Amino acid sequence: MLKALQLEPEKCTGCLQCEMACSYENEGIFNPSKSRIKVFTFHEEGRFAPYTCTQCAEAWCLHACPVEAIVINPVTGSKDVLEDVCVGCKVCTIACPFGTVNYNADTGKVIKCDLCGGEPACASACPTQAITYVDADHTGLDRMRAHAAQTIPRN
Amino acid sequence: MNHVIIGAGPAGVVAAETLRKLVPEANVTLVGDEQEPPYSRMALPYYLVQQIAESGTYLRKSSDHFSRLNIDVRQDKVASINRKQQQVMLSSGGAVPYDKLLIATGSRPVSPRIPGMDLPGIYACWTLEDARNIAARSKPGAKVLLMGAGFIGCIILEALAKSGADLTVVEMEDRMVPRMMNDTAGGLIKAWCEEQGVHVHTSTKVTAIEKNGGSFSVTLNTGSTITADLIVSATGVHPNVDLLAGTGVETDDGILVNRNMQTNDPNIFAAGDVAQGRDFSTGEYSVQAIQPTAAEHAQLAARNMAGIVGAVHRGSVNMNVLDTLGLISSSFGLWMGAKDGQTSELLNRDRYRYLNLQFADDVLVGATSLGLTQHVGVLRGLIQSKTRLGVWKERLLEDPTRIMEAYLGSTQALGFNARIL
Repeated sequence: MLKALQLEPEKCTGCLQCEMACSYENEGIFNPSKSRIKVFTFHEEGRFAPYTCTQCAEAWCLHACPVEAIVINPVTGSKDVLEDVCVGCKVCTIACPFGTVNYNADTGKVIKCDLCGGEPACASACPTQAITYVDADHTGLDRMRAHAAQTIPRN
Repeated sequence: MNHVIIGAGPAGVVAAETLRKLVPEANVTLVGDEQEPPYSRMALPYYLVQQIAESGTYLRKSSDHFSRLNIDVRQDKVASINRKQQQVMLSSGGAVPYDKLLIATGSRPVSPRIPGMDLPGIYACWTLEDARNIAARSKPGAKVLLMGAGFIGCIILEALAKSGADLTVVEMEDRMVPRMMNDTAGGLIKAWCEEQGVHVHTSTKVTAIEKNGGSFSVTLNTGSTITADLIVSATGVHPNVDLLAGTGVETDDGILVNRNMQTNDPNIFAAGDVAQGRDFSTGEYSVQAIQPTAAEHAQLAARNMAGIVGAVHRGSVNMNVLDTLGLISSSFGLWMGAKDGQTSELLNRDRYRYLNLQFADDVLVGATSLGLTQHVGVLRGLIQSKTRLGVWKERLLEDPTRIMEAYLGSTQALGFNARIL
């Protein structure tokens, strides 16, 4: 069964350990600006919200790529960037309506969440279980997808 | 069922693959007139700087991709379309019968009518063949003149400057990338280029080109003359509609299509740069000539060709992202603003940072950014979803950088609400 990241803003304390873990896992450095997951701050509501790619079924990034550099991971179902194929044109960064594909100027390539190949470091690092990696059917994934479907009409 | 596609660019290829998925039994034929396997023009600048090999520009990487999908790829030129007999006549002599035909012939560069424009050694950067020629001549120290600082010009500009050439850019409009950037953003891109040693002349036209021994002598409307070893022309593109002349298929700027990507001939469809499709923001029909729109058109056209009911085009959001010597810019939708709309703007001239949001009521309808690489796609999401921003509009008017928070706050279950949703 496919698993998915379950993000629960109500449990997030804004400690940013997910960003550190993501950056370290993927870049080998502790640099939150290189993290694929981001915690957004809502001062007015006194809340934090972790957010990253939902591995959406529409895969806007994948379809927008002109050189077939984004592919579906057969094991996890994640949409992965093939770094050696990506030319850095950034079309996917404007095509993704969720804003979760970003350009990394240091490498000249784009980066996005790939679920760490099935063991997401953000979920392991989260001390409050605001980020968990669970069976897709049991997650708020449906909730997130429902939001996605509601907000972004398919053609 | 015979599905025939003319044009092997992104629109043609996506349509062929979509058809194969939807109608496994049908014959799918893809006719392209360039000698290479289907490739991406968008990748050419990266080939130009030798970041990738030619094969890196290919739309699909495995050599048996099309044969494995049983898509018949023909390298041939289409001479004419016979609507009565539903046949595509090939230059090599054969004819391909069709039940449904897709025109995805793309666009081609147009040259201004200037004396000397037809001299050998002046290249458009449009085909892989052009790119090879430019790469061979754009050497460190070579004097290169780039005509046109639109989107395509700016993409090539990066490659030409990186090659170490002494680069001069001439743009007839009053700013760089005039169809994608406003005065502020276009002005900042110009300043950025000049800071990196590129000579930029806006509001300037080339009036004549002469060959002077091994180099060109180029006269400008300002009266001055510049010397160039290589001239690259990027003065605009035009849809390839010539094939339809005399067929009765209606064209304007591009091929006129309805919301099913269908022309006035119910068996002929159009997609990509050649199609005058619906614009999401204006509701009008225009040629966008961008990669995401080509892919959207192609998927829709294929679904309609396969007879799927309800595959209706809502319109594509016009958008672009550009990297000019490391300065990244993007624009979306009604970036120039909506009637009676409101604007939120943040500018840091010294750091080349700029963000401009355009609202109609409490909905984001357009945006321009400079120096923004994180979460930029959410601008498209907010525009295309027509999300009512409510309280977030006021917050964005104060601080336009909070686009992700505005998106999450307006569409996701946060905090207390999450428990009851």
